[in-house]
Amino acid sequence: MVYFIFKRLVQSVFVMLAVALLAFSLFQFVGDPITQMTGVETSVADQDRLREELGLNDPFIVQFVRFTGDLLQGDFGFSYRTRQPVADMIVERIPATLELGIVALLISLAVGIPAGVYTALRPRGVATQAILMTTLVGVSIPTFVIGIMLIFIFGVQLGWLPTFGRGGTVQIGGWESSLFTIEGWRALLLPAITLGVYQLTLTMRLVRAEMMEVMRSDYIRFAMARGVPMHKLHYKHALANTMVPVITIIGLQFGGVIAFSIVTESVFQWPGMGLLFLESIRFVDIPVMGVYLVVIAFFFVLVNLIVDLLYVAIDPRLRIKDVQ
Amino acid sequence: MTAFLKRYEGLWLFVHSPAAIIAAIVAILIIMGAVFAPWLALVNPYDLSSFSLFDGLLPPVWEDGANPKYLLGTDDQGRDMISSILYGARLSLVIGLSALAIAAVLGVGLGLAAGYFGGRFDAIVMRIADVQLALPAILTALLIDGIARGILPASVQQDLRVAVLTLAIALSLWVNFARTARASTFVQMNKEYVQAAIMMGQRPSRVMFVHILPNILGPLLVIMTVDLASAILLEATLSFLGIGLPADSPSLGTLIRIGMQFLLSGEWWILWLPTLFLVALVVSINILGDFLRDVFNPRLR
Repeated sequence: MVYFIFKRLVQSVFVMLAVALLAFSLFQFVGDPITQMTGVETSVADQDRLREELGLNDPFIVQFVRFTGDLLQGDFGFSYRTRQPVADMIVERIPATLELGIVALLISLAVGIPAGVYTALRPRGVATQAILMTTLVGVSIPTFVIGIMLIFIFGVQLGWLPTFGRGGTVQIGGWESSLFTIEGWRALLLPAITLGVYQLTLTMRLVRAEMMEVMRSDYIRFAMARGVPMHKLHYKHALANTMVPVITIIGLQFGGVIAFSIVTESVFQWPGMGLLFLESIRFVDIPVMGVYLVVIAFFFVLVNLIVDLLYVAIDPRLRIKDVQ
Repeated sequence: MTAFLKRYEGLWLFVHSPAAIIAAIVAILIIMGAVFAPWLALVNPYDLSSFSLFDGLLPPVWEDGANPKYLLGTDDQGRDMISSILYGARLSLVIGLSALAIAAVLGVGLGLAAGYFGGRFDAIVMRIADVQLALPAILTALLIDGIARGILPASVQQDLRVAVLTLAIALSLWVNFARTARASTFVQMNKEYVQAAIMMGQRPSRVMFVHILPNILGPLLVIMTVDLASAILLEATLSFLGIGLPADSPSLGTLIRIGMQFLLSGEWWILWLPTLFLVALVVSINILGDFLRDVFNPRLR
């Protein structure tokens, strides 16, 4: 168990190093920081002096180690575009994206798991066919179109919900949250549904496939023959065994949620990290792009680490293996 | 007729699947419209002199105040909606298909080689694929686009937009091909015909492309349809985000982005017609992809 976690930690460190290398290569190969920093009037001699002072003439590996060290100390450099520290820009945006992503993920699980179980238990039902057909269309409709449709129906036609921004936010120890005001929730609802729909279809299909697989297995048939009540069979024996793959998919979906939050944030003008990333691409703001990558990778690694720990908590076999 | 159809199982299944038939008809109509856009379209949306601002914001013919010349109305610049949509679909399909072709050649080539040679080469290719699979395609495409913006000089930026976009989409889709090709190649490697070909001393490239490739085309075809839909969606999404094509050479995604400005005013057709067109195209391709998967995988039937 301890060894398993340790192995995972080492792997995570390597993934983070690889991403840091990628971010660092962005700086190395895209644009020259000296031309970004200096004007036309700066003489070549001054440019060379600046290059030397900033250590840009050092070998690649020395620069990379220094870059990683700066990252570890939370020194993310300055944006080419706004001249602000990148760390401040990103930290300011993290709460918006995380709240959006987590609520979207919760929506996808709260609807996706019951729908998956239902369609698996009644494979020939009319409702099942309708749900499956809807999901096929749902997968084909791009995220931004779903967003526009929701804006049109609930924002423009019915006028029930706001269509952009975060609504009312509350400061809680530096964390700007929209989860504590009604206005905030109203603003959050449409973007979160938009972001959750695609993940929802994935969750549903996976739960359905797993559940059908489990229902065919010998131990379920045996339990059925023994006369275990059907509801207990479905929701205790079968559902519990579909949870391991479902947890895996949550880990994987987190990446999808973060990536698609770029699109959702753009549609709803949601002031999160995705919108910042989009702006930084438009202006070739390399420091922001690089740091965004590193931060996203960090969240990704963290979630997957938690998922691995949850495996052990859910699947008793993993614990026994360790004892042996 | 029935006997003929039964001989070709795929065709037999096709005529018995109304969803697949409708999807095929819709897809073919859209593709034909895109291919023949220069002859079908009333105006050339890239040519500023072929339309005029005075014709701007006209509704489709069944609404009041329409000009019968413009069946589906015009946008704020006075461009005929049908013409914009056909040219937009043309651009979307060209980018989607070329990106798909690049991704297929790259992915199948690497996947075949990885499956054939195995060992260290396989390990390297698959590690790269794993890393890329962890990044969603849209993030990869955005990143490649951003890098291209940084590297290319400003003077060629506009001219190379289509090429950059195609490459960004291709590089975010090759992984699917590589993984499928590799897995199928592994299965084929144990078959006697491959062993015999190797034993006879044929060159690896010949064994890979002449012997193995034709036998793994089925699953690759399924990936191809599914990924064509993904490629078109990616292009639309990037253009919608304003990262893809500029407003003077609009693809379907760009048209939707332009239409967003009219979401609050009454000109619904500028937004919803291109959207409907895009969704119809992608849904029909996905239904065909689902159908092909069923044909090639009898266990799913």
